[in-house]
Amino acid sequence: MAAASRSMKADRRKALVWSYFFLGLFVVFFLTPPVYMLITSLKTNAEISAAATSPWWIAAPTLDNYIELLTTSTYLTFFRNSALVSLLVVALTMMISIPAAFALARMKFWGSTTLATGVFLTYLIPETLLFIPLFKIFVTFTELTGIELINKWYVLVLLYPTLTVPFATWIMIGYFGSIPKELDEAALIDGAGYLQVLTKIFIPVALPGIIAATIFAFTVSWAQFLYPLAFTTSADQLVLPVGIITTLIRGDVFTWGQIMTGALLGAAPPLIIYAFLMDYYIAGLTAGATKG
Amino acid sequence: MAQVSLRNLVKNYEETPAVRGINLDIPDKEFVVLVGPSGCGKSTTLRMIAGLEEISGGDITIGGEVVNDVPPKDRNIAMVFQNYALYPHMTVFENMSFGLRLKKVAKEEINQRVQNAARILDISELLERKPKQLSGGQRQRVAMGRAIVRDPMVFLFDEPLSNLDAKLRVQMRTEIKRVHQKVRTTTVYVTHDQVEAMTLADRVVVMNAGRIEQVGTPIELYSSPATKFVAGFIGSPAMNLVPCTLEERGGGGLAVSLGDGLSFTVPAERTDRYKGHVGKSKLLFGLRPEHFTEFHSHAAANQQPFERTLDVTEPMGMETLVFFRVNGSDICACTNPAAGAQPGKPLKMLADMDHMHLIDDESGNVL
Repeated sequence: MAAASRSMKADRRKALVWSYFFLGLFVVFFLTPPVYMLITSLKTNAEISAAATSPWWIAAPTLDNYIELLTTSTYLTFFRNSALVSLLVVALTMMISIPAAFALARMKFWGSTTLATGVFLTYLIPETLLFIPLFKIFVTFTELTGIELINKWYVLVLLYPTLTVPFATWIMIGYFGSIPKELDEAALIDGAGYLQVLTKIFIPVALPGIIAATIFAFTVSWAQFLYPLAFTTSADQLVLPVGIITTLIRGDVFTWGQIMTGALLGAAPPLIIYAFLMDYYIAGLTAGATKG
Repeated sequence: MAQVSLRNLVKNYEETPAVRGINLDIPDKEFVVLVGPSGCGKSTTLRMIAGLEEISGGDITIGGEVVNDVPPKDRNIAMVFQNYALYPHMTVFENMSFGLRLKKVAKEEINQRVQNAARILDISELLERKPKQLSGGQRQRVAMGRAIVRDPMVFLFDEPLSNLDAKLRVQMRTEIKRVHQKVRTTTVYVTHDQVEAMTLADRVVVMNAGRIEQVGTPIELYSSPATKFVAGFIGSPAMNLVPCTLEERGGGGLAVSLGDGLSFTVPAERTDRYKGHVGKSKLLFGLRPEHFTEFHSHAAANQQPFERTLDVTEPMGMETLVFFRVNGSDICACTNPAAGAQPGKPLKMLADMDHMHLIDDESGNVL
């Protein structure tokens, strides 16, 4: 008995050692780039390009890059455009996805299952296939109506939902599906209409799922690169990811310090959101799998 | 005034019929239990009354008004679900007052009605808790409270006790009965548990394969089942149903022969009723276990003695169930523990033929 428990303890220790080893490996692997960015962002351009200095050590730390970026109006414009686009996309996505998921999960109608699968299939089409036809559509739209949408930041608000709505709808179909049917039936008998069932029962109960979908939509919008690269060109219409590379790389001159600073600052908002909502996010992603 | 009537009620799922045309009148204040095996259509019937299931044919009236196309919220009903269906993000108070708040009832009245229902159910202490902080029995009470608060015309219960453990189930059964005696609302209650049906109901509706087999008070169903199904379904342990033949005896009397040399004389007052079935091949003899007892000398006229070797004995404390075989069928008898029944040993017993049933196995009807 004693020997057995000792060997169990030894087994557990061994497993822990290996776990920590691989976790450590992951941490190093994934944290190296941001740490490198942080280090570089604190150096002067001269130090970055000097051949003799170590890339992992800062000889003369400086906040110049930060000060310069945060006082440049173009960078702040990128930031503002990114924030506006992301917030609007999140709002638009939720406004479409929540009712859509509710209808597809609960109101059984002809073709609802096919439609639910269809929603997911649209998510599987990569944006690299979509951006050319979409561009063509907007060009035609401009020719027909005279309304210019290309090279305006708000065109992105119409584009990103093609990525976010299917996925958000899909997660929420799963989440709504895990809510026991008796709950909406009880509410229907209690006197609620479908809209009240949605707002008073489904949204509060499925809040973790909705938050997960929100985070997803925000991250996708914030990090999207291809669409803004193709659809926006003027400096005042750019969003962060594209703005940084188009304005901070001038020809073959890479202002590494500012690029790293810009990228780091750009990565901050999703990071902050994740940190606060991580628990909800995980609960939301695993809900369909574990809830009976 | 809330009588509920079902007229030729039909429900088909795609091509499969679930309810095949049932007629039922439930008078005001009555407690009716729909009972039957799973898939017999009892829950579907209840859900049609609730308006959660569209009806394929026939009519449902509540309080004299046809409600076929009336949405659930306008039927003035309340329903208690098997899994309670409490709103997890609301407190007990909010759960119970949800319906009233939707109807925009005045705050003071909501408060008063919730307090009142909470008092009836003894959950006044729990009003500020969330459902996940409650035990199974407490959740069940809250679910009932939510129904009571709305003061509906009809209560619908869909197997409300199935999720509780055995002891709590018995407790809540009494509780439901007590509440009904206080509140006196017309109640339709669905269960697959015949004991629940017997103990709770004013009238029991036995359903099988989408049809009503029999409607009656618990005692009526128990003592005079109309069909083989009811005879076998109601009562625990179940009624013995043994293939038999009906034979004429000298002097105009009748006897049922079970084979293996075992036969009983049919009571004289029943000979006229059974005479036409002499010689029929598919007959079943039905007698409940408690009407097979151990032999005693002060037996009544129609208690007929016989002796059999026992297969198995099951002491239950209050009584001992004994099993013996006749012509390939197992028969269960209910004996006094003091009778000394032992497996493998013969036991002298009595069959109380006043309680016998004769069943036509082809039509399934009790003759």
